[in-house]
Amino acid sequence: MAEKTFTFPVDRTAIMLFARSVLDIRPEFTDPDAPETKALGGMVAPPTFTWASSHYEPDYALDLTRPRKEPRQSAPSMAGGGGGLGRGLHGEQHYEYFHPIYAGDELTVTIGPGETWTKEGRRGGKLTFSEQIYDYTNQDGVLCVRARMIGVQTEKAVEQ
Amino acid sequence: MTLKVGDKRDQTVIENISRTHIVKYAGTSGDYNPLHHDDSFAQMVGYPTVFAHGMLSMGLTGRMLTDWLGPVALRKYGVRFTKQVFPGDTLTAHGEVTDVTEDGDKKLATIRVWTTNQKDETVIEGEAVAAID
Repeated sequence: MAEKTFTFPVDRTAIMLFARSVLDIRPEFTDPDAPETKALGGMVAPPTFTWASSHYEPDYALDLTRPRKEPRQSAPSMAGGGGGLGRGLHGEQHYEYFHPIYAGDELTVTIGPGETWTKEGRRGGKLTFSEQIYDYTNQDGVLCVRARMIGVQTEKAVEQ
Repeated sequence: MTLKVGDKRDQTVIENISRTHIVKYAGTSGDYNPLHHDDSFAQMVGYPTVFAHGMLSMGLTGRMLTDWLGPVALRKYGVRFTKQVFPGDTLTAHGEVTDVTEDGDKKLATIRVWTTNQKDETVIEGEAVAAID
């Protein structure tokens, strides 16, 4: 994948909603007026919050319903197993944290390619792994979080 | 916070996960892959039902870490997704300190992290590193 860069404005409502959805509702993630939050200098993002940058990612592959200029079907096609959505699995996710992300930050997100490799799997046939590196840099030029996502394409559904 | 090698934490992070909860995570994360909310799509590609986003399990497990270590202590957190989480599953997150190092005036704890379902099957496994002083 070619490198992609976009802006991810971090607002406190997005942090609060994300914190609720992972049931991690401590005051620093949900309440800007709590003493614990003020002691940190503001509301901060939970550890996996940067995943929500997908809302701002151009041409994000996992939201077929996003409005676009050209009309398109919002459901995956039956032919071809849903355009690959049914065969793509998330294999691994790794974060490095350098600086907190605060509500109000304007993050610049850069997504670049990593390694690609294949392996014979026991449960899903031949597996193709590909890495993407996400850098989240704030408005002061400070790299806050680096994420490494490893996606897996399987030949068939993973046996349960 | 004082941590030493061998310190452990076990925390149930969600009970009886519902399709509604999975949909809620789709909304907050923006990940609308139909595998996670559309049973007919999931079955078409060979799964018995929808299943939760791996990142939802990672996020729920993160709560065990933030409850234990605080909101901004993590320096690293990485996992491998080892098994699907289906509606009705109950997840318990586990952490165990495997190493404590001092780097100048900074103290870092390495923590093995894994999460199991109600059948004691591991659904994610990995490691976290946290600043503890």
